[in-house]
Amino acid sequence: MPDDETAPDAAPASTLGSPERGVTTAAVNDGQAPTGPDREFTVESRSQSKMVLRRFLQHRAAVSSGVILLLVILLALLGGRFWKYTYSEFTPDFSAGPSLEHPMGTDGPGHDNFAQVLRGAQKSVQIALTVALVSTTTGTLIGAFAGYYRGLLDNILMRFTDLFLVIPPLIFFALLGNKFAGSGWLALALCLAAISWTSIARVVRGVFLSLREKEYVEAARALGANDRRIIFRHLLPNAIGPIIVNATITVAVAILVETSLSYLGLGVQSPDTSLGRLISDNQQAASTRPWLFYFPGLFIIIIALTVNFLGDGLRDAFDPTQRRVRA
Amino acid sequence: MFGFVVRRLLTSVLVLFLASILVYVSVAALGDPLAELRSNPRTPRSVIEAKRRELNLDKPIPVRYGIWLKDFVGGDMGRDLKGREIQPRLVRALGLTLRLAILSTILAVFLAMVVGVYSAVRQYSISDYAFTFTGFLFLSMPVFWLAALLKEFGALRINRLFGERIVYTVGDSSPNLTGSFWHRMGDYAGHLALPTLALALVSFAAWSRYQRATMLDVLNSDYVRLARAKGIKNSRVLIRHALRNALIPLTTVVAIDIGAVFAGAVITESVFGWSAMGRLFINGVKDNDTNTLLAFMMVTGVFVILFNLLADVLYGVLDPRIRV
Repeated sequence: MPDDETAPDAAPASTLGSPERGVTTAAVNDGQAPTGPDREFTVESRSQSKMVLRRFLQHRAAVSSGVILLLVILLALLGGRFWKYTYSEFTPDFSAGPSLEHPMGTDGPGHDNFAQVLRGAQKSVQIALTVALVSTTTGTLIGAFAGYYRGLLDNILMRFTDLFLVIPPLIFFALLGNKFAGSGWLALALCLAAISWTSIARVVRGVFLSLREKEYVEAARALGANDRRIIFRHLLPNAIGPIIVNATITVAVAILVETSLSYLGLGVQSPDTSLGRLISDNQQAASTRPWLFYFPGLFIIIIALTVNFLGDGLRDAFDPTQRRVRA
Repeated sequence: MFGFVVRRLLTSVLVLFLASILVYVSVAALGDPLAELRSNPRTPRSVIEAKRRELNLDKPIPVRYGIWLKDFVGGDMGRDLKGREIQPRLVRALGLTLRLAILSTILAVFLAMVVGVYSAVRQYSISDYAFTFTGFLFLSMPVFWLAALLKEFGALRINRLFGERIVYTVGDSSPNLTGSFWHRMGDYAGHLALPTLALALVSFAAWSRYQRATMLDVLNSDYVRLARAKGIKNSRVLIRHALRNALIPLTTVVAIDIGAVFAGAVITESVFGWSAMGRLFINGVKDNDTNTLLAFMMVTGVFVILFNLLADVLYGVLDPRIRV
């Protein structure tokens, strides 16, 4: 196998370079613009984050995806409170198609489908965001220490992630989901995070392995910086690109995994619901009342699609080697 | 090369062994195989006790794992909770799942190559953007939703179009299938079409993005510029010079993703009601059936390992620079 340890995971649309190419150049001056009286030019220097933001804003698809995603997340998390029907309310309209009164129709017992979808989306979004947050934090910390210190921790980590290359993660997702999902969405989210941190740990480890050999680390050590300072102040900021991109992708993956598990009956259990469960419950009605089937799926696709576009835009923005947009 | 393969196989056996411990212990520790029996209050205590002894549940987990391992090394996959031999069912299920997985992989690789190369050659054209968007769309689509969409809406349209039942939506073949060879093959194909398409479209998405990136890399390389400067025809530059190199990395990606294809197959099968590896797996999880789950894991694990090894060997054959 070619040395793929340092490459960002074989994610779609990856630029084929290794991540360290992308993050070293801007790091050396650490974004400190020379200020003060002895400044010679009136040109404002740009910090790394400013350049990233500028490049990102040029990526129109990513920016609009980000806005849409934010709106959908807000709608999912809060929308249920402001909608005129609650998910458990029976309305007098049975199996009605989409109308002004019920924008997504109603199901057999007369539940408003929009309220149902909002509730399902709320659970799915909560789970996906929690998974991304927990697995990114854990994965980053473990990957950082493994890459920096190498040795035993690194060995254990690599053997552990090897296991997950052999066993399809679905086995563990299903086992844990089947066991713990009954105790609520948070339990399910933590179960998913317990498996998915390995991929981000691999990426961070790869970046750290190459960054730790850089001159500026040596310089920092010569100046008396201890390990903690080197890891958190010097290395981590330079690995932030791959970490953020992977965190974004994790949201998309988590939402797809959660809905798949729930569809198979191994994830979210009733009386709770999620987008996957809604689809699974309504699949029988798909040909007669297609709105029950279309809308939950549409929500999943919108969330995953915007997340993927956002990740793509971020990847480009964090990669100074891409020259399409001048920073 | 030979030494490399042997070394890789040996480490793979070790990894499989560790994986089997991990899965066995988690299944055994997380679930109770007798839960269903216990849930019925009228089951006599003696029956539960007898079942417990029959399944060796009265012994500690390491001992049970040892028994399983001894049987497995001896070529016996054991019995499931209902006392049926796992092996014959596994072989049948594996045949069906492989049929689906292999066909959809071939279809997906072919589509990914064509689309990826085309959008790289016509970078930033309208069709490139359209393909990019389609790729992202399938990447963001849950496979079960796509499968159900094809099943509930696609099948109806196709059958109406041809005026007879061409594609089927349930099962892997019609029950009590008899008739000539071609008739039977047609029936299999009709049952395979939609699941294969659903699974292929989902894996195609990521691979075509990857193929586009590699092809762009190659097209911007110096030797392609040289080939053009020499005055070689454009089609020849693309096919003989660029494409041949741009195809190499895809082999690795496809091999690594084979586990994901298996997982996708499990879900797709469950949408179309196939009784194959997916059913075995899902029932295994729901029943906390260690033997069935272990059999599933070992089989998929062996395939993942073999495919990765194959990819590495192929990579060496295709790209002389990294020969070991």
